[in-house]
Amino acid sequence: MTEAALLDPVEHDETATAQAVVAARDVSLVFDAEGGRVTALAGVDLSIMPGDFVSLIGPSGCGKTTLLRAIADLERPSSGSLLVNGMSPEDARKRRSYGYVFQAPALYPWRNVARNVMLPLEIMGLARAERRVRVARYLALVGLGEFARKFPWQLSGGMQQRVSIARALAFEPKLLLMDEPFGALDEITRDGLNLHLHELWRRTGMTAVFVTHSIPEAVFLSTRIVVMSARPGRVVDIIDNDLPATRDLDLRETPEFLAVAHRVREALRAGHSYD
Amino acid sequence: MRGGRLSSPRAGAILPLVVVIFALIAIWYLGAVALNAPQARDQLAEGAGFRDLVAQTWSMERPVLPAPHQIATELAESLFGRPITSPRSLVYHTWVTVSAALAGLALALALGLTLAIGIVHVRLLDRSLMPWVIASQTVPVLAIAPMVVVVLGNLGITGLVPKAAIAGYLAFFPITVGMVKGLRAPDPLQIDLLRTYDAGPVQVFSLLRWPASLGFLFPSLRIAVALALVGAIVAELPTGAQAGLGARLLAGSYYGQTVQIWAALLMASATSLLGLAVVSMVEALVARRRGGRL
Repeated sequence: MTEAALLDPVEHDETATAQAVVAARDVSLVFDAEGGRVTALAGVDLSIMPGDFVSLIGPSGCGKTTLLRAIADLERPSSGSLLVNGMSPEDARKRRSYGYVFQAPALYPWRNVARNVMLPLEIMGLARAERRVRVARYLALVGLGEFARKFPWQLSGGMQQRVSIARALAFEPKLLLMDEPFGALDEITRDGLNLHLHELWRRTGMTAVFVTHSIPEAVFLSTRIVVMSARPGRVVDIIDNDLPATRDLDLRETPEFLAVAHRVREALRAGHSYD
Repeated sequence: MRGGRLSSPRAGAILPLVVVIFALIAIWYLGAVALNAPQARDQLAEGAGFRDLVAQTWSMERPVLPAPHQIATELAESLFGRPITSPRSLVYHTWVTVSAALAGLALALALGLTLAIGIVHVRLLDRSLMPWVIASQTVPVLAIAPMVVVVLGNLGITGLVPKAAIAGYLAFFPITVGMVKGLRAPDPLQIDLLRTYDAGPVQVFSLLRWPASLGFLFPSLRIAVALALVGAIVAELPTGAQAGLGARLLAGSYYGQTVQIWAALLMASATSLLGLAVVSMVEALVARRRGGRL
């Protein structure tokens, strides 16, 4: 019994689990859809450590969004263990441990930009003066300080998404979950926002989980890249990205960058050949 | 739809509007001649000319179709010519009906909002209540109004309450249907967002569902305002009420006072338009606080 416990690799994992921001072990998630049961996630193992910037990349339907939503307690795993900050995703959500950026900005059109960013602060009951300070700080951080009084429809898609990032940052969570936040934007806007996000992450030292379709985006932003494959959704490879911590857009032309991108592409292809 | 652009098309729209109004009035006068001519001919002496006939059709005491100026005269006299407390004052009758319609509208808002909130939040109510809400409107109000008035009358409840009940019965429907749609308007991401903040159900309602539904509330209110007035008027018919626009319509038809009927009708539609204008004003105020959009 003791011998078995000593040999059990789980023992080693326990310590990692204790300090991991996200610890998933053998997580599966099955949806009961109309056409039958759909296995969105199968046996996902993943540890995300403090300060990591982890990208989840994979084809459509590989469960990357589902995994992110499970971390956020927006979906419930069917089996396996999933811990966020060492507690259940539900408890983590109730402690407001993370900020979530959706695929669409999901701004409230009847609130102006400042009041959209203020929304979580109102819910969490921050004092009025503090709310105003935070809104000003985080709108400035995403470069939208002058647009506080505008309404969402008066902004471009990229600006709206920046507002939603400011909203996610405003209550200063240590974990930022982002679900293809720049998927609907044009490439130039996207480049700008990637650079912005990279600097933001470096300055704040927060942990980030980032869902994307784009290999360059994943390589540019991440410290680790989790490659997933579809039907059923599972992790095929986890690639450590040891490009320098400070990055600019020119980095994407360098052989080092292209080498990592190549590894990601290979892993995606390998995942694809399963079916 | 923003800024000064509105003003120029609106100015351009006035001329066609004026032309249409004048055309309608002209057609009305011609119609008065055509419809009243048989009666007028009987009243005229033998050998009267066409001009006399036309003049007669436009000035009869009980015409089939009164001429516009006759109605205008009647309106002016019954609105401004008599003290507003007099039972012959149209202001008095209008207020009697409008107060019932307003009470009915308040009732409809309370009932409609309560039902909509219940239906949106409780799955069981969605299945069980909605069919009844729809069925309620398939019963003609003319059939239900006398029963409500008689039953409540037997209980000693008369006057404003039965009329408000009937007005509310008609007006709650658009509010319920509109608000069910409105409270369900938020998209799933907007709801998920509040879940990530661990917002409670009351916060989901006050921060998301309610503000999202206002765009549906005002169109519903417009219909409800018109229906409440119709309900209040219809409720005055079966009991031979002493006061109110409905009573004026009824009395007018008993005694063949077509001019009085038309005056009451015009007053009813003017009141209705005023109600709609008030709703639009409140809507514009709310929209302004939201940067011009609802």
